Amino acid sequence: MINFILRRIVQTMIVIVILSYVCFGLMSLMPGDPVELMISANPKITAADVARLRSFYGLDQPVYKRYFNWVSDIATGDLGYSRTYRIPVEEMMGPALGYTFILSITTLLFSFAVAVPLGIISALRPNSRIDYTINLFNFAGISMPSFWLGLVLIIIFAVKLKWLPASGFQTTGMEYDTYWDEFVDKGKYLILPVLSLSIQSIGRFSRFTRSSMLEAMRNDFIRTARAKGLARNVVVWKHGFRNALIPLITIAALSLSSVFSGALITETLFAYPGAGRLIYSSIMGNDYNVAMVSFLISVSMVLIMNLMADLLYGVVDPRVSYK
Amino acid sequence: MNPVVQVKDLETTFFLKSGPFRAVNKISYEINQGETLGIVGESGCGKSVTSFSLMRLIEKPGKVTGGEFTLNGKSILGLDERQMEDVRGGKMAMIFQEPMTALNPVLTIGYQMDEQIKKHLKLSPKDSRDRAIEMLQLVGIPSAAERYESYPHQLSGGMRQRAMIAMALSCNPEFLIADEPTTALDVTIQAQILELFQSIQEKMKMSVQFITHDLGVISEVSDRTLVMYGGQMCETGNTQDILNSPRHPYTAALIQSRPKMGQRVNRLKTIEGVVPAPHEFPKGCPFANRCGRVQPECWTTKPRLTTVTGYDKRAVACFNPL
Repeated sequence: MINFILRRIVQTMIVIVILSYVCFGLMSLMPGDPVELMISANPKITAADVARLRSFYGLDQPVYKRYFNWVSDIATGDLGYSRTYRIPVEEMMGPALGYTFILSITTLLFSFAVAVPLGIISALRPNSRIDYTINLFNFAGISMPSFWLGLVLIIIFAVKLKWLPASGFQTTGMEYDTYWDEFVDKGKYLILPVLSLSIQSIGRFSRFTRSSMLEAMRNDFIRTARAKGLARNVVVWKHGFRNALIPLITIAALSLSSVFSGALITETLFAYPGAGRLIYSSIMGNDYNVAMVSFLISVSMVLIMNLMADLLYGVVDPRVSYK
Repeated sequence: MNPVVQVKDLETTFFLKSGPFRAVNKISYEINQGETLGIVGESGCGKSVTSFSLMRLIEKPGKVTGGEFTLNGKSILGLDERQMEDVRGGKMAMIFQEPMTALNPVLTIGYQMDEQIKKHLKLSPKDSRDRAIEMLQLVGIPSAAERYESYPHQLSGGMRQRAMIAMALSCNPEFLIADEPTTALDVTIQAQILELFQSIQEKMKMSVQFITHDLGVISEVSDRTLVMYGGQMCETGNTQDILNSPRHPYTAALIQSRPKMGQRVNRLKTIEGVVPAPHEFPKGCPFANRCGRVQPECWTTKPRLTTVTGYDKRAVACFNPL
């Protein structure tokens, strides 16, 4: 077991190194570089200045050397600073990643909390009226663009009913006396973005739960469990759901890997200070340091969550052994 | 003494899109205490559906549409689902064909046994563990206490079937249904399991309904035999009588299809034709289209089960018996 984890961690590290080099290379292949952005605002700049700036920032060196410099900086904990905003990367990204994390994890938990029961209900009564109703809802959810849903939600709940704030992440200038006050206030701002992001994943997760539950309930051992005289809910949860859980873990882990990636359109729509917009603008603006750190985070999350999924299989399925 | 199991005119119908199909058609039999009834027939003849009907485990679109079933005088078909849960696995237990898939792969053997023992015998966790291990020992599983902690995939096919038997017997059932318990096993293991079966039945004195398509197995384990075809009873009587002098042409054909010891033939004898699709059975005797002794009336009228004189409890449903 320990052996397996260690081997997988080493593998993961190697993949991260390779992928980060590929990303770095791709970034440098993009047209334009930071110096071009600087000089575009300054008509008096000379060709000698450009060359001086390029060598000052190390942009005249080959990609592998720049990559090596970047890696040695990262290794000492120096993430560099954002060329666009001229502040250290960690100062700029830290809070944004935090907000994005809160938004995504709430969305994910909410989606699962709704989708799993829905999927199970429709799996237990396949082709019944309730199954069709849930299915209709699922497909509607999957097909609805989240920005459109976001707009509709804003119109209904913020503009017409005035129940919830339309945008932002907390009431401006508010001082919180207790944690509870802070929780309630920030929670109010989360409801609409979470709803508009969840509908799609609820549809997907619920379809997925339905099919794996249907398959689990078709097994011979379900009949054995019934023949033993177990009550229906014991059969469904202990024998059915326990087996349906195995494929569900993959989709849960893979979804978890995107909790730091942000949702560009929804975050913009709700003026939510998440990482989605930051990552987008850093790539568009040739902001290498910011873009590379976001790449690193995304790649590592995917790999780590895959490892987590593999480990969890061992917990829920005794047939899996790590050798 | 009254028989433990009494089944009368049992009827199970599947309401398919193409129309209702009667998978079990007026089946009646009795099983005394300590007696084994073998039910033989080829795939799809309704022998498994009969068992599931008795366990009340028929799923939609199937439904038990008629008949009676009493277990020690208590009517079972009228019970509600809650009362039925107390009967299943308690007074009445079932062993399934495929030990590979009939056990839950993610739960230990012990857990799966405890579930049932706790439910029916109302024992404490420690006592039910003891009971489970005792049962595992009874069915001849070596180092039972260790196997109690094992998962199904860690056991061989034969051991898994033993565990399945231990589980079924754990709550002292009065009536045991064994649905082809040896079909998925290889022949040597098959022999061991059959032997185990008989020794346990002698000890526990329960009534057994043993379903198989293997006439060899039937002659080995069952006192009496019921031959089924197309959801209907062809012939019933003492196993030796049926095997020695079959009356129904179907039974006779089945017996002739078996390989005989010391006789080398290039091709085994088979029964001409195939089992018809659900809605294509002849209106009269279901075997009419494959029978060598078919009479005009076989096509139009269903033969009634009639007692055969000169034998103990023997009956055959045929207009032109052997």
